[in-house]
Amino acid sequence: MLLVPCPWCGLRDEVEFRYGGQAHVNYPTDPEALSDEEWADFLFMRDNPRGDFRERWLHAAGCRRWFNAVRNTATYEFAATYPPIAEPPARGSS
Amino acid sequence: MTSSRIPGGGRLIDRSKPVSFRFDRVEYEGYEGDTLASALLANGVVGGFRSPILGRPRGIYSGGADEPNAFVEISAPWFDPIVAATTVDLVEGLVAESRAGIGRLPPSEGHVRSRPVEHRHVHVETLVVGAGHGGRYPAERSALRGERVIVVEQGRDLIGPSGSGGFPDGVTYLTRATALGLYDDGYVTVLERSSELDRMWHIRAKQVVLATGTRERLIAFADNDRPGIMLSLAASTYRAHGVRVGSRVVVFGVEPYVAGLNTLRREARVEIAAVVDVGRGERPLDPLDGVDVLHGWTVSGTDGTPELSAVHVRGPDGERETIECDALLVSGGRTPNLDLWRAIGGTVQFDRELGCFLPDEGPGWLSVVDGATGESVTRAEMYPFVPAEDYSRHFVDLQRDQTVADVAAALEGGLRSVEHVKRATYIGTALDQGRTSGVVAAEVVNALLGDPAGAQGPSNARPPYTPVSYDALAGPYRGDLLDPIRVTPIHAAHVERGAVFENVGQWKRPWYFPRGGESTDDTVARECLAVRNAVGAMDASTLGKIEVVGPDAPAFLDRMYTNRMSNLKPGSIRYGLMCGLDGMVFDDGVAMRLAEDRYLVTTTTGGAARVLDHFEEWLQTEWPGLRVFCTSVTEQWAVVALNGPRARDVLAAAGTHVDLAKEAFPHMTFRDGTVAGLPARLARVSFSGELAFEVHVSSSHGRHVWDALMAAGEAFDIAPYGTEAMHVLRAEKGYVIVGQDTDGTVTPFDLGMDWIVNPSKGDFIGRRSFSRPDTARPDRKQLVGLLPEDPEVLLPEGVQLVLQDTGRIPMPMAGHVTSSYRSPALGRTLALAMLKGGHAMHGRTVFAPLPEGTITAAVTPPVFYDAEGVRRDG
Repeated sequence: MLLVPCPWCGLRDEVEFRYGGQAHVNYPTDPEALSDEEWADFLFMRDNPRGDFRERWLHAAGCRRWFNAVRNTATYEFAATYPPIAEPPARGSS
Repeated sequence: MTSSRIPGGGRLIDRSKPVSFRFDRVEYEGYEGDTLASALLANGVVGGFRSPILGRPRGIYSGGADEPNAFVEISAPWFDPIVAATTVDLVEGLVAESRAGIGRLPPSEGHVRSRPVEHRHVHVETLVVGAGHGGRYPAERSALRGERVIVVEQGRDLIGPSGSGGFPDGVTYLTRATALGLYDDGYVTVLERSSELDRMWHIRAKQVVLATGTRERLIAFADNDRPGIMLSLAASTYRAHGVRVGSRVVVFGVEPYVAGLNTLRREARVEIAAVVDVGRGERPLDPLDGVDVLHGWTVSGTDGTPELSAVHVRGPDGERETIECDALLVSGGRTPNLDLWRAIGGTVQFDRELGCFLPDEGPGWLSVVDGATGESVTRAEMYPFVPAEDYSRHFVDLQRDQTVADVAAALEGGLRSVEHVKRATYIGTALDQGRTSGVVAAEVVNALLGDPAGAQGPSNARPPYTPVSYDALAGPYRGDLLDPIRVTPIHAAHVERGAVFENVGQWKRPWYFPRGGESTDDTVARECLAVRNAVGAMDASTLGKIEVVGPDAPAFLDRMYTNRMSNLKPGSIRYGLMCGLDGMVFDDGVAMRLAEDRYLVTTTTGGAARVLDHFEEWLQTEWPGLRVFCTSVTEQWAVVALNGPRARDVLAAAGTHVDLAKEAFPHMTFRDGTVAGLPARLARVSFSGELAFEVHVSSSHGRHVWDALMAAGEAFDIAPYGTEAMHVLRAEKGYVIVGQDTDGTVTPFDLGMDWIVNPSKGDFIGRRSFSRPDTARPDRKQLVGLLPEDPEVLLPEGVQLVLQDTGRIPMPMAGHVTSSYRSPALGRTLALAMLKGGHAMHGRTVFAPLPEGTITAAVTPPVFYDAEGVRRDG
C-alpha cells in the first residue's frame, strides 16, 4: 500500500485516497465547438506512459481535497504534488 | 524406521512437561517445545503421509515452513483445515489427522472452533525479519537511537540461533511470527501465533531488514520421495528437539555439512553409514572418523517398504553399491531466502561463483543482511538432479507430484520460460509455494535446455509467504463488523412492527411489513392497495440529501442537472436528472430551493456519496471560482412519505400549521411549519402518483413524528409500506429507478425523458455527448412497458427479449427486462424493459425465451396507471 503525500495532511495510506486519472485534461471552454472526434478524444483518450505521469488524487477519507501529483508509474515514486488548477512544476520540486 | 528420542539433550524441549496428543487416531506423547513433527519423529513416526496426486507414501521432509509432505488437519483444541506438521506447536490434547496436501472445509462455521484473531496496526522505524545473527545489529542500533523496532522470528526459539541474550528495550520481539508479505513503502503484514490467539500485524516501517537466511535445495533422483529421506538441515533442527531422525544415516549432496554431522553423531548418537559427495573432493572436508566419504558418487535409487531401508549409490566410473540405512539426508546446496525480496519487486542476479541467486536492486527502504545475501553460501555448483535413463520418479516438486520427466514433457511441448513450465506443471504452486523446489525446477529447465546454470531463475514469488487462513485475514471484521450498518432514526419502530428488512448499500430499509402469517406477495399487494385507496407511510430518511449553498449555487446546479434549476422559485421543487460527461444518466432526485442562495437536493439512497463527490470534484478541479459549498445532510433529516388519497387527512389529524389546501399548497412545492407540534418541512413530492406529502423533521424527532402520524392515520386505515411496494407503485407510473432500470449506458432520451433536457440554458454536464453519433442512434435500447400475454405470468428481471422466437439458440437479442412486478392496481403483471428502438414499437409483441417456456408480451408505453396524472392532487 502506497504512502501518498497529501499536500495538506502529509503522508497517508493509499486506502484513504481516490485516484482521479490523468491531470490537466481540462473541460473544454465550449464543448459545442468541438468536432465529434475532438470531443471523443477529450472524453475517452488518456496517456499511459511508463515513467513520470501527472495525475489527480482525492484525499477522500481525509481532507476531501483534490490535488495533482507527479508520480512515476514504474517505481510509484511521488516526485511532487501541487494544487488542482496550477501548472505542473518542474520535476522534483514540491 | 528408527527415528527416536535421544536420551538426553534438546535445548528446545522441556522434558519435565509431557504433552499427550493424537495423530491418525493413535495416542502419543511428546514434550513441551516439540512441534507435531518432532514429536512424531520421537515416537518413530516418519511416514504416514501420502502425496496428493499419485498417492505415494511420504514422510516428514523438512524442519519447518519448507515442508512439502507432512500436512495435517487439526481438529482440537482448535480447527485448521490444513497445516504443515513441522509448523504446529505441540499442545496438550492436540488432535491431528494426515492430509494428502488438500484440506477439507468443515460443514459449517458452527462445527469448529477457529483460533481467535486480533489485528494490530503499528508504525516503526525498523522492522527486522529473522532474529538470527545478521538481524541483531540493525535492530539493536535502531533501538539505541530510541526508535521503535520490531523483530519477527518464524521459530519459537527465544534465545536465537546465535545463542546470545535478549534484545534491548524498545524492541518488540515477535516469535512464532511470519512476515506474510512486503508491500509498497514499507508496509508489512505479519501473522503471529501465540498459544491464546493469532495476531495479524499491519506494520508500516521506515526501514525493513531481511535477515531471512538461506534454505536448502533438494536433489531429484529415482524414488527421492520415500519416507525417511529428508533435507539435511532438518536433522539439526530435530536434534535441537532431542530427536534423531534415524539410527543409521546416509548423507548425500553438493555440500554435506560434515561439521554438523560430527555433532549429530556425538549428540544424537546417529551412525553415519556414508557421505555421498557429488563433488570430487576439491574442497577438504572436516575429518569424520571412520566414515566413508564417497567423492564424485551419487545416489541412484532407494529401497523400502515403503520406508527407506537402503540407498543405491553409483561411483564416477559406474561402480555400484547398496548401503543399508534408515534415513537419507539430502542437500542440494543453499539458496538465499529472497522470496519476500522478490515479491516486492527486488531483482536477483545469478552468482556463478556461489552457484546461487543474490539480491541485486530493490526498494530504498529494504535491505538484506547475513545469510540471505549469500555470505554463508560456499559451494560453486548447482546440482538439480542425478542423471538417469528414466526420470519419471525424480521428484522435483513433492507436493505437486511433478518429476524431471514432467518438466521435460512441458519443454517438449514447446514451453521455454520457467513461468510457463510452472503453469503447465503447477510446480511451485502448492501449499509450500515451491520452497524446496523453485530453484531446482528452474535449474532442471536450464539443464534440459542446455542453458548455463542461472540462465533462468525461479518463477516469481508472491505473498503470502506461507498459507494464511481467511480467519486470520478477516480477523474481527466479520458478521456485524464486516461493514457499517446504517439505520434510520425510525428504525426501532419498524423492528417493533415486525418489518422484513433489505440492504440498500449500507442501509437497512423496511422491505415490507407482514401482518400475522401474511406471505410476501400478499403483504406487498395489501400495502400497494393501501396507498392507492387510502394512505400509506414510508420511511424515506435514507434518501441522500445535500445542501448546496452560495451565491453561485443556481449557476452551478444548472451545469450539473440536465434541466434548469436557476429559475426555480424559493418554496418550489423540481425533479432533475444528472448525467456523466458521456451523457449517461448518473443519478436523479429533486431540488428544493430553500432561499435565493440555498438548495436542498436529494439523491438516490445508494448515490448520496457519489453525487457529493461529483459536485465537489467539479467545484475543486474545474470551477474553483464558483462560490458554492456542498454539505451532506442525509443523516440530519428524518423523512416520512405519506402517499395516498387520505394523506392530507392524516396530516391534518396529526396537527400542522401549514395550509394543506390544494390551491394553497400545490404539487412540487414545500412549506416550513410544524407537524405534531414539532418543526417540520412539508414537501409535495410523489413517487407513487398519488397525493403525497414528504414530512422532513430533525433526525432526533423522526421517531416521534412517525409515531404521531401512524396514530393519526389509524382512523384512515394507514399502512406502513416498504421498498417493495414503493417499487411496484412507481413502476405502475413508469418512474425509473436509476441503477435498476438504467445501467450507465442509458441517456435521458433513451428513457423517453426528452422533456427534462434543456439545451437552451447553456452548457451542462453531458450535453455535448447527446449529439455524439452513438448516443443519437435510433436503434438504441429505449425504455418501454411490457404486458405479458398471460396476466398471471411474471417476467424474470434481467431476462433477454427477442423479436422472433426461432427456437434455435442463439437468437438476436433485442433488449432486456429491468423491472417486473405483480400490479395490484391493474390486477395483472407488468414490466419495464430496455428495448432496441423501443419507442417506435408500442403495440408490437416480444418474446422472452426461457428454459421452462417462452413468455410472450406486448410492448406498451411505460406508464400503466393514471396516465393523465389526475390522482396526485387527491
